[in-house]
Amino acid sequence: MAQVSIAVNGKVRRADVEPRLLLVHFLREQLRLTGTHVGCDTSQCGACTVLIDGRSAKSCTLFAVQADGSEITTIEGLARDGELHPLQQGFWEEHGLQCGYCTPGMIMAAVTLLNDTPKPTEQQIREGIAGNFCRCTGYQHIVNAIQHAAGKR
Amino acid sequence: MIPTPFDYARATSLDDAVAKLKASGGRAKLIAGGHSLVPLMKFRLSEPAALIDIARIPGLSGIREQEGRIHIGAGTVHHDVASSALLRDKCPVVADTAAQIGDPQVRHRGTLGGSLAHADPAADYPAVVLALDADIHLKGPKGWRVVKASDFFKDLFTVDMEADEIIVSVQFAPVRAAAYAKLHQRASRYAIVGVAAALDVSGGRVESARVGLTGAGSHATRLTAVEQALAGQPLTPAAIGAAAERAGAGLTHVNADIHASEDYRRAMVPVFTRRALEGALRRATASTAGRQRSGPSSSGTRWR
Repeated sequence: MAQVSIAVNGKVRRADVEPRLLLVHFLREQLRLTGTHVGCDTSQCGACTVLIDGRSAKSCTLFAVQADGSEITTIEGLARDGELHPLQQGFWEEHGLQCGYCTPGMIMAAVTLLNDTPKPTEQQIREGIAGNFCRCTGYQHIVNAIQHAAGKR
Repeated sequence: MIPTPFDYARATSLDDAVAKLKASGGRAKLIAGGHSLVPLMKFRLSEPAALIDIARIPGLSGIREQEGRIHIGAGTVHHDVASSALLRDKCPVVADTAAQIGDPQVRHRGTLGGSLAHADPAADYPAVVLALDADIHLKGPKGWRVVKASDFFKDLFTVDMEADEIIVSVQFAPVRAAAYAKLHQRASRYAIVGVAAALDVSGGRVESARVGLTGAGSHATRLTAVEQALAGQPLTPAAIGAAAERAGAGLTHVNADIHASEDYRRAMVPVFTRRALEGALRRATASTAGRQRSGPSSSGTRWR
């Protein structure tokens, strides 16, 4: 077992973990933060996207021990004082989801996109979510939702 | 998917990493971003008894220019290569290539050294380090060793590295007249065929050219027939087109998989060779104004 100390959504969590425990399983099963989803489990679909030290990453492709000492933000950490994050609001307003499975990962990928590029073009949005798959919407409403959050709609 | 159990240790320095590797007697693997290794471990195609985490070794990441050469630390993540102002100015092909690896999340974690050591036959970086004639600097228990990129890639997932060596940096003379072109697999963005071309240009002629191919065979390789066909030629689309037609010469083994048949890959090799050479030609002939191209925008405003 290895001891980890990881700040998740602003709260330091200490735990003994097996080195082979994936970060996504640490979040979902040990911390019961089930907003982060497991989709393909092969580093492609992006449903498991979280922020590690401010940058989007696929938590199915990382062991929890690698994140020791890091700051992690999950979808549960975005809303503040009952106010949705602008991206959450954008997905609400623009119907950016159908089944909702990809949504937490989409939003976390978009947080990094808008950090790097606050006023993205449509092309930049599509490149920014290239690591996230949606099997329902055809992406257009997701793009609209991110544009909404960026203040463009 | 759950990997087999392993021991985990974080290396505090380069020497510590080498010592831990040596002590493991070949049972341990290095992990930095883990974006090649972790997927293999989840499929249990790789079952190391121990992982040595080198992600936070001071000085193992970063990009700098020294005595006219660019040094990229092996631990530098693709995102930092893609957004490097130094590379965008001096050797944009490297930044362009990094920007085409995987997707944003992969680029935030995956590293240059990890990609080279893993030597996936469809990885992007190998083509570029071949075209730049880069030196790969390794450290092991016996000290430092430098391997030319053209000697580094040996076979499928096989490179000129001992089990107790670590890639420390990649060093090369910057080339502006260079470009990378790839046919990418739509889900993973791995290269079905990827070609990097670098031109040494003087007086409107190609003095010499270096062309690296990835994705087509068991490992990345130089396209020497194209390089020889270009030497001394005028810097024209016609000369480039003629040279690109030679790209298939000498390719003995070409991959076939669910994404592309052997015939299709063979057909695409000259196409993407021509596109890479055309990109290099555009950079060779670009005006000074063309040098002002900037990297991804950034802002002081953080969302969270």
